[in-house]
Amino acid sequence: MDLAQSDTNPAPQVKTKSIGQYLSSHLRQYGLLFALIAVMAFFQIVTDGTLLRAVNVTNLLLQNSYIIIMALGMLIVIVSGNIDLSVGSVMGFIGALAAVMIVNLDQSVPLTIVACLCVGGIIGAAQGYWVAYWKIPSFIVTLAGMLVFRGLSLWLLEGQSVGPFPKEFQILATGFVPDIFPVSWGDSLANLLEIRRVKHVNMLALFTGIAAAAMIVWIGLRQRAQNRLYGIEDEPKIFFFARNTIVAAALIFVMYKLSLFRGLPNVLITMGVLTIIYAFITETTTIGRRIYALGGNEKAAKLSGIKTERLTFLAFTNMGVLAAAAGLVFAARLNTATPKAGFALELDVIAAVFIGGASMSGGVGTIIGAVVGAFLMGVLNNGMSIMGIGIDFQQMIKGLVLLAAVIFDVYNKNKQG
Amino acid sequence: MALLSMQDISKTFPGVKALDQVNLDVQQGEIHAVVGENGAGKSTLMKILSGVYPHGSYNGEILFDGAPAQFANISDSERQGIIIIHQELALVPQLSISENIFLGNERAKSGVIDWRETNRRTEQLLAKVGLAEAPSTLVDNIGVGKQQLVEIAKALSKQVKLLILDEPTAALQENDSRKLLDLMLELKAQGVTSIIISHKLNEVRYVADTVTVIRDGMTVSRLDAKAGLSEDEIVRDMVGREMTHRFPEHQRSPGKLLLEVRNWDVWHPEHTGRQVIRDVSFAVRAGEVVGIAGLMGSGRTELAMSIFGRSYGRNILGSVKLNNNEIDVSTVDKAISAGISYVTEDRKSLGLVLDETIRFNTTLANLEGVSSGSVLKRNDETKVAEKFKKALAIRTPSVFQKTVNLSGGNQQKVVLAKWLFTEPEVLILDEPTRGIDVGAKYEIYTIINDLADQGKGVVMISSEMPELLGMCDRIYVMNEGALVGELNAEDASQERIMSLIVNK
Repeated sequence: MDLAQSDTNPAPQVKTKSIGQYLSSHLRQYGLLFALIAVMAFFQIVTDGTLLRAVNVTNLLLQNSYIIIMALGMLIVIVSGNIDLSVGSVMGFIGALAAVMIVNLDQSVPLTIVACLCVGGIIGAAQGYWVAYWKIPSFIVTLAGMLVFRGLSLWLLEGQSVGPFPKEFQILATGFVPDIFPVSWGDSLANLLEIRRVKHVNMLALFTGIAAAAMIVWIGLRQRAQNRLYGIEDEPKIFFFARNTIVAAALIFVMYKLSLFRGLPNVLITMGVLTIIYAFITETTTIGRRIYALGGNEKAAKLSGIKTERLTFLAFTNMGVLAAAAGLVFAARLNTATPKAGFALELDVIAAVFIGGASMSGGVGTIIGAVVGAFLMGVLNNGMSIMGIGIDFQQMIKGLVLLAAVIFDVYNKNKQG
Repeated sequence: MALLSMQDISKTFPGVKALDQVNLDVQQGEIHAVVGENGAGKSTLMKILSGVYPHGSYNGEILFDGAPAQFANISDSERQGIIIIHQELALVPQLSISENIFLGNERAKSGVIDWRETNRRTEQLLAKVGLAEAPSTLVDNIGVGKQQLVEIAKALSKQVKLLILDEPTAALQENDSRKLLDLMLELKAQGVTSIIISHKLNEVRYVADTVTVIRDGMTVSRLDAKAGLSEDEIVRDMVGREMTHRFPEHQRSPGKLLLEVRNWDVWHPEHTGRQVIRDVSFAVRAGEVVGIAGLMGSGRTELAMSIFGRSYGRNILGSVKLNNNEIDVSTVDKAISAGISYVTEDRKSLGLVLDETIRFNTTLANLEGVSSGSVLKRNDETKVAEKFKKALAIRTPSVFQKTVNLSGGNQQKVVLAKWLFTEPEVLILDEPTRGIDVGAKYEIYTIINDLADQGKGVVMISSEMPELLGMCDRIYVMNEGALVGELNAEDASQERIMSLIVNK
């Protein structure tokens, strides 16, 4: 006992200081995570536990899927130093196109999906062309695009809603991945946990959650070991473990909740895979690195041999494809295409990216930040709706949250600078 | 009589003591030079004097014009007649000269500008600073040298008692610099007191009556320059050691012909029909340092940038041969892979991504070198950055430091590291030592010599003639877009270069 104390006593003192310093220089990342947790805890309490009920967790993911899918592309556009105001309209237009193709023209679902993604890419490319090669400010080009595609969807749908979609299209958004594990396992787990009302626990969802959590921890540990090897500034042990525990636990918890409802939504898989791909592209590929350089200092990037025009063009093309994907998911979820679909949604997407820590001037921002930012907005929307807060107050609160997040960023930057 | 007396000024930033009991006494009617290496604390001192750091955020006393001064902000100090002209000019390019001069101080009656009065006063002021431009000319359309004069005219419009010039000639050509310094002397004759902060010691010697040397946040010495002062004396106090050689001793033996540019013609990117570079041909041997001298606007940077992937100009004609093979330099990445690198004159806006780390910037021009199948190998990246940090003596705790936090000399080394990692055969260095201090300059020169020793060809563009004379084996002289002469090191002198420029 004595020995242990004398061993451990001096160490924490030194550590406390370094933890404080570390925290103040990385406040943004942790702040976002804590904000999400705090907001969830708040709504969980005020909604008497409705927020984290299995049905609602599933809903939360479905409701925000198209925002998140678009936020991935928007993050890249914003990091490259541009903005895309047209994504809401493009999303609506693609939904309308899908409805016309499937419902009115009787085209097959796979063909429609491929065609819609291509059209999205062409739309993105068309806008990106003016921005990249003609140096027309993206704000103007995409503002024009916003009007044009809003008009086009109205024209295409002749002002009417078109639907419903066949089942095979709807499953894009509302389908669930079937459980591949024996039903008896799920049944016995349900019995074991003595959960009433739930007959069956979806084992696939649960195992996926555990596997994903393990993966995150493993990658984190590996990264940490390597950082240490190269003497890179590392986060204090307590933070590393606390952060990973929270993330892993949250992941398993969400998956557990999903397993109690209908399992893994198809959209979650799409979203998860896309998030991983885009996080990988932005963080560890040359093209990702070049996009950050382009947004950080376009002239320096150009003089370093980076084809800045092509990158800008690609960023918008990619955004178009993702907006199209989001449009398909949105139409499938509503089971109808309406001329109003996606109205003002670009603002939610842009807000999510900025809440996630991206900078208006380009060069700064992460995929994970954008996704967490989107979830934060999603939880706010969902929680306030459950509470029965009117759309008027919802808008005001969301606006203030966006402002607060960016003020926090700027304050942090000034303090460090 | 002392106009200004700053006594025992101390200022601490979190973790750093920037100034430690600094004293500065400026006499009425003199030109007082404040010199010191980058980071010595000159700018901090001037920020305290001009109220950027308000009274209370520092320790010590300021006496101005016989009374204690406690400035809360810049307009406080301006009201007292202390006007500071910063290194980065604070003019609005889209406004005219007269609008800039009276910005924030408009000649107006109840909010309506009196243009006749404004232009009349502007003309008077422009005459005073010797600038022959119409008051309605947009600031964007005049060169940096003239913009500097507009800044001074602006200061004069405000009843200036103490004029502070922070590195006023950093962006200027030799003859523009001379004009500016003469203007300072003329203003002195009219009774204006000024403080000049400068790295260029020959200029300090030319204008200053008194020199205060600051090193590591402390006043080292106060030298009387009227009686004559040698540069070595100042340098000794600045760096704390005797610097007998400003340029590293070096013997060079250039080898085979490396780069050959033939009949290079470039037209202006916007004004069609205006030829910027006329029929320029030059050559660089392996292991040779070749200088390009010339005034600002003579086309040196335009020549370099047009060769480097057509980064400047249009309708470019001519051929570039490397090792006797014609190479394609039509885009920047083609020029890089052919073996040409270009270190820009403006490291902050063209050379670095300031908000990113040293590692990020070091590998930026050669990401293929640290990736396989376009996936970055970040450990390799770290190794590369560490290697260059060591080789070029980049002074920083880690390669994960953002470049914005580095001093000018260290930033320049990062830019050099970026280009060295592309393994070029020919390096074009555009003003490689602009705005960096004496010690760091010496290190950059040593790096350049090492590169030449490795058999690389170096083209060095510089406005500082002593630098070209001290470093180059051969010097091409450029004027109005054409080469007007070529001098070997042993035949070259400042006078000969100037006479080539003047006589065409």
